[in-house]
Amino acid sequence: MLSIRNLHVKLEDEDKQILKGVDLDVDAGKVHAIMGPNGSGKSTLSYVLSGRDGYEVTDGTATLEGADLLDMEPEERAAAGLFLAFQYPVEIPGVGNMTFLRTAVNAQRKARGQDELSAGDFLKVVRAKAKDLKIDADMLKRPVNVGFSGGEKKRNEILQMAMLEPRLCILDETDSGLDVDAMKLVAAGVNALRDEGRGFLVITHYQRLLDHIRPDVVHVMADGRIAKTGGPELALEVETNGYGDILAEVA
Amino acid sequence: MAAPAMKVADDRLATLPDPQGQGWLVDARRDALDRLRAVGLPGRRDEYWRYTDPRPFTAPEPRVDGRPDDDVDLDLGDAFLIEVGPHGIAWDTGAVPEGLEIDTLSRAGEIDIHWARDLYGTLEAAGSRPVSRPLGMLTTAAATDGVLLRAFGVVDRRVHVTYAPQADAVLHHVVRVEADAAVTIVETGNPGARHDTAWECDVADAGALHHVRIQGRTPGCHANTHVFARLGAGSILRSFTLSAGGDLTRNEATIDVTGDDASATIGGAAFGEGAFHHDDTVFVTHGALNGESRQVFKKVLRSGATGVFQGKILVKEGAQKTDGYQISQSLLLDDDAVFLAKPELEIYADDVACSHGSTTGAIDETALFYLRSRGVPHDQAVTLLVLSFLAEAVDEIEDEALRAAVTDLMAEWLRG
Repeated sequence: MLSIRNLHVKLEDEDKQILKGVDLDVDAGKVHAIMGPNGSGKSTLSYVLSGRDGYEVTDGTATLEGADLLDMEPEERAAAGLFLAFQYPVEIPGVGNMTFLRTAVNAQRKARGQDELSAGDFLKVVRAKAKDLKIDADMLKRPVNVGFSGGEKKRNEILQMAMLEPRLCILDETDSGLDVDAMKLVAAGVNALRDEGRGFLVITHYQRLLDHIRPDVVHVMADGRIAKTGGPELALEVETNGYGDILAEVA
Repeated sequence: MAAPAMKVADDRLATLPDPQGQGWLVDARRDALDRLRAVGLPGRRDEYWRYTDPRPFTAPEPRVDGRPDDDVDLDLGDAFLIEVGPHGIAWDTGAVPEGLEIDTLSRAGEIDIHWARDLYGTLEAAGSRPVSRPLGMLTTAAATDGVLLRAFGVVDRRVHVTYAPQADAVLHHVVRVEADAAVTIVETGNPGARHDTAWECDVADAGALHHVRIQGRTPGCHANTHVFARLGAGSILRSFTLSAGGDLTRNEATIDVTGDDASATIGGAAFGEGAFHHDDTVFVTHGALNGESRQVFKKVLRSGATGVFQGKILVKEGAQKTDGYQISQSLLLDDDAVFLAKPELEIYADDVACSHGSTTGAIDETALFYLRSRGVPHDQAVTLLVLSFLAEAVDEIEDEALRAAVTDLMAEWLRG
């Protein structure tokens, strides 16, 4: 589904290479976790895949179901089925959460040549999904992420994911800033979306999120490359021994 | 130094007929004309006209053709409609809301005893000290008509003042809110391709006046407006203006807080591009205890548009515990737009809290990416962020339904 080959990326404004040849395949129905120390390039990978400005691809390819992601605008990538759950969801004062969600859902439907959802239909769907994530009517009404707690912001990300029904979900350190209860709620939301047609790329520092979102494949990233790939046991090994031992062993 | 200004002044002043006849209105007009002749019409060298060229307002003839054609589709529920046109002012005389008295300047001016007599031109004259408001004087001297509104109770229907546009209009409205009375006035559209329109508002003790103005979208429009207000003890004034068009707009508000514990909020949201030049000039004077005032202005500018904000808070000696707040912000959508801000505080009391701030910025790239990453196309995402930026000014509208209606209208206009 997602296929990354030899991806090299540098910062646009300075001569700093961040990704130095990433190779990665994520299959439909699978959850892939990417772990790695700070500065290894995990978040950069998520931004480059979703089309954020400030990065320059110097070599390599990234495709989603055969379509060249790197050639698309961010909104086109979204319409093609890519979703990034932000590490730091952005606050947008003055724009109601519901308005935002509906704008996004209908923009994607329009881009895919589908009819827009009516206000009534949309409301029905969003209410049901919000309930599962314990998002109340007030949170839907308030401006996007404004005054939300850390946990509320992350639940709101998952709600967007649930509404947009992407093919490939990237979760960028979704566990950061969450207490155990909030993490369980978020993980339950993600697990509910697990489906044989959908792939996941879960970026995290820590094993603990992976106790709740069980990965099929675990990658360890270091210095801009995938240094090691294994099963769920690799995450446990990181937890026990730290990155140092694993990376030393690869080197 | 004043020579060029005087020459311009003579031009438009020369086109003004001398007030004819007898009665209080003629006296008031003569007085204003004398005052206007004494100071002259504004010129580029006047301190508060450095950022905005007054000549389109001071030229004898309008520099814009035609008449504005504004379609302001604001959902106001069952507002009471007053239509101001070139041939008079009309409303449903059988359905005037309770607590409200309506008249017109042209009619009242012929009556010896009228409540507007003690007010007409007086707040405008007071508002010309210390800074002259010659275009305000011009409305007092030369207004062809105006709506006279007196609220003597809590008026539970919104009053909607709308315009059948003229080529060149001069209007002077007068509002008197009696003690404990309250009224909401919604003003939509432009009265002329060029116009000079004043609102003189006297809010008595514990009265409340809400004014929401939606200026039309006709591009070729030269609008100069004034609000002159006096606030009694415990009274409230809220005036908000949405501007989304017009080549040249100057909105002045001159607010005199004379009673203790009074509160004034002047706000505005404006967006435009190209020839759009939008100027908010506000002067709030605190002369009483525990006064509160807010000035909240936001402008979104693109491709050559210019925004101006000149805001002053004057706290007189003895006006202790005054809380004055002022913020002016601009969002520049490209490198060709300009925002000029001149905030001023002048404080002669020692126990006050006054603050002002002004910012100029571009679209937040992180927020833009966030929206686009959800599938919202670039232009639509920019529109959402523009709405987000303007929302803080619109929030100053207290009436929740009205605020929602203005927000909806703004969203529709932004989507173009």
